[in-house]
Amino acid sequence: MPVDVRLPTVLRSQAGGRSTVSVDGSTVGEVLQSLISEHPGMGEQVLNPDGSLHRFVNVYVNDDDVRYLSSLDTPVKEGDEVSIVPAVAGG
Amino acid sequence: MPVARSVLELIGETPMVEVSQLSPNPNVRFVVKLEGRNPAGSVKDRVALSLVEQAESDGILEPGRPGQVLLEPTSGNTGIGLALVARMKGYHLKVVLPANVSVERRQLLEVWGAEIIESPGEEGSNGAITMALRLAQEHPDWHMLYQYGNPANPAGHYRTTGPEIWRDCPEVTHLIAGLGTSGTLLGVGRYLKEQNPKIEVWAVEPPAGERVDGLRSLDDGYVPPIFEQLGGAQLLDRKTVVRPRESIEVTRRLLTEAGLFVGISTGAVAAGAIRCAKQIPDGVSAVIVIISADDGWKYLSSGTWTDDIDVVTKRAENTIYF
Repeated sequence: MPVDVRLPTVLRSQAGGRSTVSVDGSTVGEVLQSLISEHPGMGEQVLNPDGSLHRFVNVYVNDDDVRYLSSLDTPVKEGDEVSIVPAVAGG
Repeated sequence: MPVARSVLELIGETPMVEVSQLSPNPNVRFVVKLEGRNPAGSVKDRVALSLVEQAESDGILEPGRPGQVLLEPTSGNTGIGLALVARMKGYHLKVVLPANVSVERRQLLEVWGAEIIESPGEEGSNGAITMALRLAQEHPDWHMLYQYGNPANPAGHYRTTGPEIWRDCPEVTHLIAGLGTSGTLLGVGRYLKEQNPKIEVWAVEPPAGERVDGLRSLDDGYVPPIFEQLGGAQLLDRKTVVRPRESIEVTRRLLTEAGLFVGISTGAVAAGAIRCAKQIPDGVSAVIVIISADDGWKYLSSGTWTDDIDVVTKRAENTIYF
């Protein structure tokens, strides 16, 4: 099932400059795995070696941070938008 | 109200006002806590005072002793609050400020006498933090208060903001605020959950990270040390991102429907409250407390209330307003 993934500026060069790519998956984890298999250079930036989310990466499904939903098991359906956003500070 | 002996005594004790006309759910009330009423104009006045008083009680700073220099990375409001506190207590303040904050934030820092050290705008707050950490190493005689890593930041909210909300609005079921340093959410959230563990704590973020072109890789990201050390991920119930256009739309609604002239980050947080209210099931009542970090004055130049929404959104995408 295709899902749109919004990429941060820092990852776009690895997707031919595109800001959004479409990949398959029915959970956030599957979506990220599809993304990484198509663009292997993103792997170590997005996930830790043990497969968990990198601490400086926030992943949102329709603007909700998946760490406060079911993390990588958070389900996604067609039409959902997954966003990868680097952690930055405010204040 | 008694006459205060110093402007610093006017920090805190901010009013709360109901704005349920913005709630999309008839069983959900919205209450805003107006932190823009603090003397230097934002919620960060509380943090500034707490950081400085902690350093004084630790013996690191001494009011009145000449030659003491404070250093702080800030996107504006903490710096403005610190500039007020430093002026009243006789410290010299240097702030590391990203170049792309609103012009009013810079002007206010100058008015209160802070020295501004500019960091590259495209690196956002992360770049300001990196530069300040380097300066602190090069100048060990400067004292960096470090709001991102200093437990005195959330402690100030735990001591003041949290108890004020519980006293004035004990029917609160949800707290929602912006996640900048995470100090407000950690301090107020922990206090409220200790009073009533059922209270939900929601964080709102701008999608700033998408625009911070200065990041070379995601390894350059930043999570405030206080968030990790004080169990932020366990404390928060939800975190949601609100984009500039929606933030501006709700900032305008707060003015036109509730008469509140508040900053763009308040619009973002209230937009998060609207999402939260939509998820509360039929027949369940709730009271969402919205923390308004500051008033609208510092954003007049952005055209938020006056210019075409497309133009303002474009401007906001290149400005730091959290």
